[in-house]
Amino acid sequence: MSTRREFIKSGGALVVGFSLGDTLFGQERPVPAARSLDLKQVDTWLAIHSDNTATIYIGFAELGQGASTALLQVAAEELDLDMSQLKTVQLDTTVTPNQGGTYSSAAINRGSPQVRSAAAEARLALLQLASKKLQTPVERLTVSKGVVSVAGNADRSVKYGELVGDKPLNLPVSGSAPVKPAGEYKLVGTSMPRNDIPQKVSKQYVYMQHVRVPEMLHGRVVRPRGQSAYSAGAKVLSIDDTPIRGILGARVVRRGDFVGVVAEKEWDAVRAAELLKVTWDIKPVLPGNAGLYAKMRSEQTQDRVVLEKGNVDAAITGAPHVATQIGRGPYHAHAPFGPNCAIADVKADSALVISTTQDIYGTRASLARVLGIPAEKIQVRYQEGASNYGHSCQDDVAQAASIMSQVAGRPVRLQFMRWDEHGWDNYGPAHVGEVRAAADAEGRIVAYEYHGWQHNWSNVETSAQLMGIAAAEREGTAAQQVSPLNLGSMYDAANLKLVNHRVPGMGYLKGAWLRSPLDLSFSFASEQAIDQLAYLLKMDPWTFRQRNIKDERWLGVLNAVAKAANWKPRMSAANLSSSRIVTGRGIGVGTHLASYGAAVAEIELNRETGRVIVRRLYGAIDAGLAVNPGNIENQISGQLIQTASRMLKEEVTFNTTNVTSLDWNTYPILRFEEAPEVTPIVVQRLNERSTGAGEEVMAGAAAAIANAFFDATGVRMQEYPLTPTRVLAALRG
Amino acid sequence: MATDLKIKVNEQVRAVSSAPDTPLLYVLSDELNLQGPRFGCGLGQCGSCSVLVNGVETRSCTTKVSAVVGKSVTTLEGLPSWYAAQRKLSNTPALHPLQQAMIDEQAVQCGYCFNGMIIKGSELLSKIPQPSETQIRSAMNGHLCRCGTYPRVLKAIQRASVAMKAVTK
Repeated sequence: MSTRREFIKSGGALVVGFSLGDTLFGQERPVPAARSLDLKQVDTWLAIHSDNTATIYIGFAELGQGASTALLQVAAEELDLDMSQLKTVQLDTTVTPNQGGTYSSAAINRGSPQVRSAAAEARLALLQLASKKLQTPVERLTVSKGVVSVAGNADRSVKYGELVGDKPLNLPVSGSAPVKPAGEYKLVGTSMPRNDIPQKVSKQYVYMQHVRVPEMLHGRVVRPRGQSAYSAGAKVLSIDDTPIRGILGARVVRRGDFVGVVAEKEWDAVRAAELLKVTWDIKPVLPGNAGLYAKMRSEQTQDRVVLEKGNVDAAITGAPHVATQIGRGPYHAHAPFGPNCAIADVKADSALVISTTQDIYGTRASLARVLGIPAEKIQVRYQEGASNYGHSCQDDVAQAASIMSQVAGRPVRLQFMRWDEHGWDNYGPAHVGEVRAAADAEGRIVAYEYHGWQHNWSNVETSAQLMGIAAAEREGTAAQQVSPLNLGSMYDAANLKLVNHRVPGMGYLKGAWLRSPLDLSFSFASEQAIDQLAYLLKMDPWTFRQRNIKDERWLGVLNAVAKAANWKPRMSAANLSSSRIVTGRGIGVGTHLASYGAAVAEIELNRETGRVIVRRLYGAIDAGLAVNPGNIENQISGQLIQTASRMLKEEVTFNTTNVTSLDWNTYPILRFEEAPEVTPIVVQRLNERSTGAGEEVMAGAAAAIANAFFDATGVRMQEYPLTPTRVLAALRG
Repeated sequence: MATDLKIKVNEQVRAVSSAPDTPLLYVLSDELNLQGPRFGCGLGQCGSCSVLVNGVETRSCTTKVSAVVGKSVTTLEGLPSWYAAQRKLSNTPALHPLQQAMIDEQAVQCGYCFNGMIIKGSELLSKIPQPSETQIRSAMNGHLCRCGTYPRVLKAIQRASVAMKAVTK
């Protein structure tokens, strides 16, 4: 294995890179040299090659959600190239454009217009070149698979590759190049197989966890098992390295309260981390699970009316049917299936970091702060890890690896252990919701009011906090607050009020976005209240929703899912049974920050054991133009299974000092035997803007499960997950 | 500490220098550069590190390397050959039928658990060529997936079962 390095010029800064000549085990795809990243230049987005293929430079991470396939479809469509003629490259701050982080279902939503307009610009320029070459006006040229021909005379043709060779186009993205009308799409809107799957089922795909670089050390972090309150961090009282002195080459790496070990062999690093004796100062300041919701509800909160129209109080006072519903949802862990991993090679004034980040540029900025090295001298490269559904420990592990490399003076590969990831996650925050809703005698919703309590996300990674950077709460962002899109507004109610009660977060667990943040809790409360109104009116819950939704797109997903589930209108909980096993069905709508979702659940409950099994889930998403409907079906299936997991099983547990759910036994998720049948439905809207489909059916599915529970039992759950203990307590009343 | 253990992986005898108590997973990843088995929990709970040891699905993260001396270890990399040998096929296919079925069903999302899903599914199909849905769910129950691919993995195993029935020597 060669250890030769070279310096790569990047925007005037010198950054350490592994040269293309190096044998990087686990890196079978060479990373191109540094290039222009100006978003207003076509060359930033694509390159046409002399062999009549093209490389598309995408700023969104492939997470297994199929973003890279769908964005290539968009590019291929506009360029009139075949999918087999296109490739993409790994994300890298010296290679790929900054399109922002891969979250909020953004890859298609925000990414496809940028890729589309750059591709259209390139196509126009190529046609103009071809026009000169073929001495034919552009209007008389046609393109197929990158071959430009004179209409009606296929012999007179020229390939894209011949027009530009491997040279740059040197074109600005003017935004004026015409894009194809949706009616002419051949690739966009069709289900294409994902480009990452063949490698993922064979031996070829390289996950972050398998990347190795020359001369690297293996690292592990040493922390208390399970985090304490965010404000508390962790304080080292003493370190005794006697137990690891027998492990050849094992060293302690410390900066402030950040503690880790490095060793030449991975198993030695694992053993050293286990054996190192660190005494921590841990104070019992957490509320514990049992006291969580009461504490949140009793806090001095920062209140804000998110949306208000009409007069909710007056409308409720006069209404014949009033429903109230409480919904309490726990912290959920990201718990990526492979704990996060990173490799860092930090030099005196530069760094290369390979990581599982969903935002290479954001990670670079955070690393600059931790390392004291300017961002432009840090190169961050993305390598896919496992099931990243939001801000798990990917930045934490990148920072930790970087600190360790900076201290140790060697490249460090840091693999978090299962308990590091489960115990030091930025969890999806807990929530308390309280709803009041009222309907008139004709079954029309006249008032809707929602109050939600939760704390904001944390703004500092654990590694940074431990080395001494002050921790605070993250300000702003819609996804941290009561959502006007997901609460009440889909219904045509004249009186509406949504209030956000921001709980001070420093005394709680660390928080961040987790797939469809807060939405499961919102809908669990909100859509049970809507269901209650239907019940009070002795109406079928689907029919009741139809009556109260005017928006065609909300109605579209609602009706599509009801039809797929073969929903027969009847009142809920109309045929309660005293059998040991009872069944129920429920319906719900909801979304995240865009798009439209609706779901139907069919469940089975054992009234003696309290065990709920979700038998079938149907989920519909309208995300505007669905670029790759087959892939969205896969996304919906995943969302439905994850929702069942989160609603039935998942709950971060903690006592007054530490998080105690540290592995798959203490943080159980849905298993194979418990998996429902799923039916995904994509509502295609060719002429609407694409708005993302990675998280928008979870809210509706969470509600559908809760409503199915009521249908089976006549009991409204106020808290999830619906574990046997909680269910039996609710059934006893 | 060089120990020069000899272990048989994918039909090749390999000398390894790791200490005998090293979990097999670290030897496969760090010394033999194999990318099939993946670190998931290190506790034997999730199945992402699974390999076949004498044809039996085994968690390599909780199996000491010394425990497989004298046995035959098959990883995802060696699965097509293992299948060909088992079925006495004259040619080794590029992929085990279950790998192909995972592609055909577009079963994968992040794909990290698919090493274990494919190893365990292959073991099941070698024992029970036409498993019922209940048998599949029961066999696979020790393999977790965070992305929620269970329904498509189920279909892929059923599809592979049909495909394997059709394979002639």
